Amino acid sequence: MASPRTLIDKIWESRLIDSKPEGDLIYIDLHLFNEVTSPQAFEGLKLKGREVRRPELCMATADHDVPTGKPGLQVLDEIADKQLRFQKTYCKEFGIEHYPMSSSGNGIIHVLGPEKGLTQPGMTIVCGDSHTATHGAFGAIAFGIGTSQVEHVLATQTLRLSRPKTMSVTFMGTPHPDATAKDLALAVINTLGTDGGTGYLIEFRGDVVHNLSMEGRMTLCNMAIEAGARSGLVAPDETTFAYLKGKERSPKGSLWDLAVDYWHSLATDPGAQFEKEIEIDVTGLGPMVTWGVNPAQSVPVGSKIPSLESFATKSERDAAVAALSYMGLEPGISVSDIPIHTVFIGSCTNGRLEDLQAAARVLAGRKVSSSIRALVVPGSASIKREAERLGIDKVFSKAGFEWRSPGCSMCVGMNGDVVPPGKHSASTSNRNFEGRQGPGARTHLVSPETAAATAVLGRIASPSDLPQVNKKKGK
Amino acid sequence: MEPVSIIKGSAYPIRRSNIDTDQILPAKWMKRVERTGYENGLFEIWREDSSFIINDPERSQASIIVAGENFGCGSSRQHAVWALRDFGIKAVISSRIADIHRGNLPQEGIVPVELDQDVVELIMAATEANPTVVIEIDVTNRTVTCEDAQVFAKPFRIDNASHFNLIHGYDPIDITLTFEKSIEKHESSRDPWLPKCSPEFA
Repeated sequence: MASPRTLIDKIWESRLIDSKPEGDLIYIDLHLFNEVTSPQAFEGLKLKGREVRRPELCMATADHDVPTGKPGLQVLDEIADKQLRFQKTYCKEFGIEHYPMSSSGNGIIHVLGPEKGLTQPGMTIVCGDSHTATHGAFGAIAFGIGTSQVEHVLATQTLRLSRPKTMSVTFMGTPHPDATAKDLALAVINTLGTDGGTGYLIEFRGDVVHNLSMEGRMTLCNMAIEAGARSGLVAPDETTFAYLKGKERSPKGSLWDLAVDYWHSLATDPGAQFEKEIEIDVTGLGPMVTWGVNPAQSVPVGSKIPSLESFATKSERDAAVAALSYMGLEPGISVSDIPIHTVFIGSCTNGRLEDLQAAARVLAGRKVSSSIRALVVPGSASIKREAERLGIDKVFSKAGFEWRSPGCSMCVGMNGDVVPPGKHSASTSNRNFEGRQGPGARTHLVSPETAAATAVLGRIASPSDLPQVNKKKGK
Repeated sequence: MEPVSIIKGSAYPIRRSNIDTDQILPAKWMKRVERTGYENGLFEIWREDSSFIINDPERSQASIIVAGENFGCGSSRQHAVWALRDFGIKAVISSRIADIHRGNLPQEGIVPVELDQDVVELIMAATEANPTVVIEIDVTNRTVTCEDAQVFAKPFRIDNASHFNLIHGYDPIDITLTFEKSIEKHESSRDPWLPKCSPEFA
């Protein structure tokens, strides 16, 4: 009998073309592009007179540079405009499926793949973007690559890579009902640290993960990279199949049955060994918020920033001192005392319909605090349309949120959507790095629900901190 | 690319962990479509502080960065590597270099050198104390020597694929293209339900 294998081993070995001491050559099933990390790769390809080997395995969108204000949007500057035109030109030249700015299919690349049914179990997926890990939610090996590797995949549809080490992260216990996938992700990063996953691919395991929706799994896998991991994935199950059934590019007819049969085999065999096995007790875990400049620096909402004495190592303590200096905060203060200026709901981490619905439930019948600028940026044009059909846009607008068009927006601050210098934001994005949301911006990562409650109260708060809405009022 | 065998030079010690690629090169630089001209973007924000080590006139010839653990975490942007290269950096020494960045560095001939933290600390302290301290990286034999730090031919960690491409100066695409038959063989047996893209969908 064959020895038991992990899900990661199964997918990797199914795509393995050649194995050498300098690495494995693996086949790539889907290559996704944004506009910022691919122009130089296409240019390199042309300079060498090479062709795109498999244009039918490529899909491109514009997301980083695109403005998200009202229709008739102006790109921030000429260089961004040039970059967007570049993408249009080479996608046309090489016959690549492309969703340019303002088109009806446009959106954040990691939102589009799943929504079109292009992301499926057992696949290998790459993109010149670290948050490619998102697609791991479907039981795919999906990871970010640099521009030279983008060029390599364009030319060969393969990559030569050292085989990732395998890690299992199993959640134990039952989190608080207010905990979201984002809070689980922040808990994982807090436990592993920002580099605890370096060199590993993580399989997230346990009932807590399999009780998550596909959107929740995407949020969790999206942030595996913030723990340093190559990527994260979740074994496909009935929730995965139900999500994929009927999607534009999902298998149809008899192929669907064949695919589902195969997808059922995509699970870690009983007794299979991971190179590292971690258990995280999430009993009672509730909403989390970051206080520093990396996603591992987090505490529960309603608690205090740690004292410097509480850090185990000098390196962590030094990092905390530097972080607090940048953030303009003191150790030991309550996170609810941080003066919040901006609330941002969106990004490939938390810009899907379910995220918007969750925030809208919190906002219904409530108003954004007068001290807050609040904006919500749907992850794709199709999510925006669906939200408008459901009337969610009205809930946001009535509460005082700006209802905007899709793009990466304030997660990466390249399109003009930025937090002013020195101001604090509560953001559903993935990185609280220095200057990430604009020069001098001070970012606090939270879930959509916490972002909504924070917008209402004007301070970092969870939905349970909100007073009840008076249902009679306004009737 | 030119093969890389020995790197020898002085260093910029940056005593900080988790230096992410947004710090190495802020996102606004990613709007450019060129492959060169990124030197002024390197640590652009931190360089506004005149005391930041990159501004040290005594180190203007330095070619190696010695950094805290988890260098290059975050965004996959290879633009960060173009900025290091354009600024004249030939190697990065850290106890841990983040996965994607560690793969991107050798694409531009920059050597990712991973050493245990106690060895990094010895080298860091030596170069902090004296800007002229020389570090020698024997890429072929995967060792580091820094006499002032009392570090002699210490083996460092580097991925085999990166090492292979650096010492031979190979273009990885040329190498992979020699596997054409194997790639074709794989393509002929792919599962029939796997999705396809086409401009017609857009």
